[in-house]
Amino acid sequence: MLEFFNTHTRIRFMATRKWWYTLSAVMIGLSAIALWKPGLNYGLDYTGGIAVELYFPQAADVDQIRDAVHAVGFPDAQVNLFGSVREVVVRLEPRTDVTATQVGERIRAALQPSEPKVEVRRVEFVGPQVGEELREKGYLAMLFTFIFILIYIAWRFEKKMAVGAILAALHTPIVILGYFAFTRMTFDLTVLAAILAVVGYQINDTVVVFDRARERFPLMRGSTPAEVLDAAINQTLSRTVITSGATMIVVAAMLFLGGETLRGFSAAILIGVVVGTYSSIYIASASALDLKLTAKDLMATRAENRPVDDMP
Amino acid sequence: MTQFPRWKSIVVALAFVFGLLFSTPNLFGNDPALQLARKSYEPMQEAQQDAVEAALREQKLPFADSFIEEGRLTIRFGQQNDQLRARDALTDQFGDRYVIALSNAPRTPAFLRAVGLRPMNLGLDLRGGLYLLYQVDVQGAVRQRLERMEQEFRRQLRDERIPYVTVEAGQGGEQTAQNRDPNAVRVVLRDAANLERARGALAKANPDLLFTIDDSAGATIVTRLTPAQIKERQDYAIQQNITTLRNRVNELGVAEPIVQRQGIDRINVQLPGVQNSAEVKDILGKTATLEFRLSDTQNSPVEAEQRGRAPLGTRLYKTRDGEPVLLKRDVIVTGDQLTDATHGVTQDGPAVFVKLDARGAAEMLRTTQQNLKRPMAVVFIEKVRREVEQGGQKVQVDATEEQVISVATIQGVFSSNFQITGLSLQEASTLALLLRAGSLAAPLYAIEERAIGPSLGLENVKDGAKSLVWGSILLFAAMAIYYRGFGLIADVVLTFNVLLLVALLTLLQAALTLPGIAGIVLTVAMAVDANILIYERIREELRLGNTPLASIEAGFEKAFSAIADSNVTALIAGVVLFVFGTGPIKGFAVTLCLGILTTLFTAIIGSRAIITLIFSRRRKVAGLSI
Repeated sequence: MLEFFNTHTRIRFMATRKWWYTLSAVMIGLSAIALWKPGLNYGLDYTGGIAVELYFPQAADVDQIRDAVHAVGFPDAQVNLFGSVREVVVRLEPRTDVTATQVGERIRAALQPSEPKVEVRRVEFVGPQVGEELREKGYLAMLFTFIFILIYIAWRFEKKMAVGAILAALHTPIVILGYFAFTRMTFDLTVLAAILAVVGYQINDTVVVFDRARERFPLMRGSTPAEVLDAAINQTLSRTVITSGATMIVVAAMLFLGGETLRGFSAAILIGVVVGTYSSIYIASASALDLKLTAKDLMATRAENRPVDDMP
Repeated sequence: MTQFPRWKSIVVALAFVFGLLFSTPNLFGNDPALQLARKSYEPMQEAQQDAVEAALREQKLPFADSFIEEGRLTIRFGQQNDQLRARDALTDQFGDRYVIALSNAPRTPAFLRAVGLRPMNLGLDLRGGLYLLYQVDVQGAVRQRLERMEQEFRRQLRDERIPYVTVEAGQGGEQTAQNRDPNAVRVVLRDAANLERARGALAKANPDLLFTIDDSAGATIVTRLTPAQIKERQDYAIQQNITTLRNRVNELGVAEPIVQRQGIDRINVQLPGVQNSAEVKDILGKTATLEFRLSDTQNSPVEAEQRGRAPLGTRLYKTRDGEPVLLKRDVIVTGDQLTDATHGVTQDGPAVFVKLDARGAAEMLRTTQQNLKRPMAVVFIEKVRREVEQGGQKVQVDATEEQVISVATIQGVFSSNFQITGLSLQEASTLALLLRAGSLAAPLYAIEERAIGPSLGLENVKDGAKSLVWGSILLFAAMAIYYRGFGLIADVVLTFNVLLLVALLTLLQAALTLPGIAGIVLTVAMAVDANILIYERIREELRLGNTPLASIEAGFEKAFSAIADSNVTALIAGVVLFVFGTGPIKGFAVTLCLGILTTLFTAIIGSRAIITLIFSRRRKVAGLSI
């Protein structure tokens, strides 16, 4: 039998929690700094504007393209490579005097003499009001996800555990946002969707640990809450690591093979899985413990909420 | 292992058959195709299908298959080249009767199609096309209604022979800045003695409105639209706009277009396969319409232009050459009373031939009878949104451009059929299309526009499929190495999971987008967790010295609560995403939520059924391959 963790490890997670709190504080602090400066590089979805994606049969000369685009009446256009050396994206501030399609046509016409095989692959226009709305909806979606998960865990487990789970889960979006700000990767709608999905899933890890703690508390009567939580984490450690590893394998495949459109999405999920695994091992239970979680807290809820558990 | 009831095994078997059945149509891929629809909107008949096929054979144009679905004839081709050549040939022969659109058709065999099994639709990001999100100017729709009220009140007062000073929309009581009320119409009479009579007449003709006398401002009557009426008008405008957009899209010949309401005042339009989007967009968003008015022959238009004010009962217009023209304030017929419009060329140049509905025809008949030998004008009205500099800031301003395209003397009495000249051929054909498709009840503005080229779409499909296949292969290998026999069971369960998920998505006829594929990949990545939870539990039980079968039993039972709770939290995130997301994000959320449900089913019940199948016949199990 192939096992990464021979029977059960006995790592004392709770005893060393001060160190992990410090590490988390550092991570969150760094993310906050990156978010403050340079800040998130919002994609077209959020800023509004016009984007034209061009495809060249061979490596594109960005400087020459930039000059050509500036010359045909778009002096404020940003011209950058997009994913590969053959793909170039031209971005403009939102405007209403020309449609996005016309911008695409004009750029193609301007490049035609020097690059006869240039192809306009994608043209996008997002109005400023749409961008603002999407941003607002994004924050709301994140807020509601946390509120509902808090309520669910408080109902199924216990209030202190719910708070612990949320504290741990908060790591995920903060660090992902920080990473995107730091690397200047484009933050768009798909990245937000990835963050919400990964928050939902990473609570997974926490819930599995809590589930084990819920089971162990009545069985380990003589032990302190710290010992019970340590046992719960150690007993589920093998599963936590294997699940995260398996998820990462698949997401990595998406990151490397999924193309430019899915790159931000997969990167966000990959970071989310790493941070989520860390925080559900080191932070979730520890903060529940520091909120003075005791066996008594769980006894009360267990009695009321059994019925669902008895399903096959 | 006796505790697993038989009916659950049957449910799993049925689900497997369902999954297999509904996911197979997706395996065949797409071919270039043409879609033919009748311009009369009637469904295609078999005789017409035969005629089209015969025409293709005659021209020696090879095609793979043809079938009628939802009233449209689809012809599938082996190669893009054949498709394009066939389009040209068919347009020459049938262009006057059918709308012919380039499209894609699945290679699904006929017997699957016959029982209604169709593959998932590909979203725009996977097949290329144009996505537009329009903001409907609902305020504009209300303004239009008020303008019509204004006209009707004038006519009603005139019919009752009650003299008035002004009838003006957008005004409450006395004409001051404070009294501006965008939802009211103010009537000022010449003589206060007529107030009661005028109110009675107006109230009788407009039973849905409440008219109040405002003494403070002289002989004034005010009426206001109620919030319910405003909302009704706005809803009507959006519904009407959707209908009009659908008609226009059909006129343009786009296969499988989607035109739907989004939120309160938005309409989203998805046009798969559309490439020349500048032209399409231009036609969809156009708010061009016509008005017919009598010319005013008593006053001088030049004088009116110099004074900057039109005489009472008239309005000042300009012709296309910039000449001023005075027209009567009252409209004879508006564009929405047209029932048909075609374009052609007459001896006077390009023309639009129009047909009026009964009400418009009656009005036109009456007017031409009474005004023989007098001039009548055709006004071309278009709403545009412009950006202007105002105090150093760019502001968007809505403007109505009104141009007189022709002034002609009424030569004879006519009613429902006549022609309009004074346009270029291109203008005549666009105007005819717009009039035919119906006018927009409120102006539209594109606030989002995405055009994806077909090559990018193809690449997205390839990338998405590649990451799904490789992700799965790597994961399957890892599971088989780590859990050996049970790992292979997990691989079967995961495959079953994807099968079910694809089948459900196909059943819902959801459009598959790139984020949707990402959702499927993510489901595979996350679904493995449920299996791992169960297997780790089984290993623990084995370590405690339990028998293999008891360990399996305990493993499933003890892992259940963790699996359920953790998937519910993921489901919460998925539902929130669905509620707040739009477009492709909604697609992702749907995939995610369905994926969680199929994961729960396959991991808890499906894998149990497989394990039961393997171990139930054995009396004694010495060890587990886990």
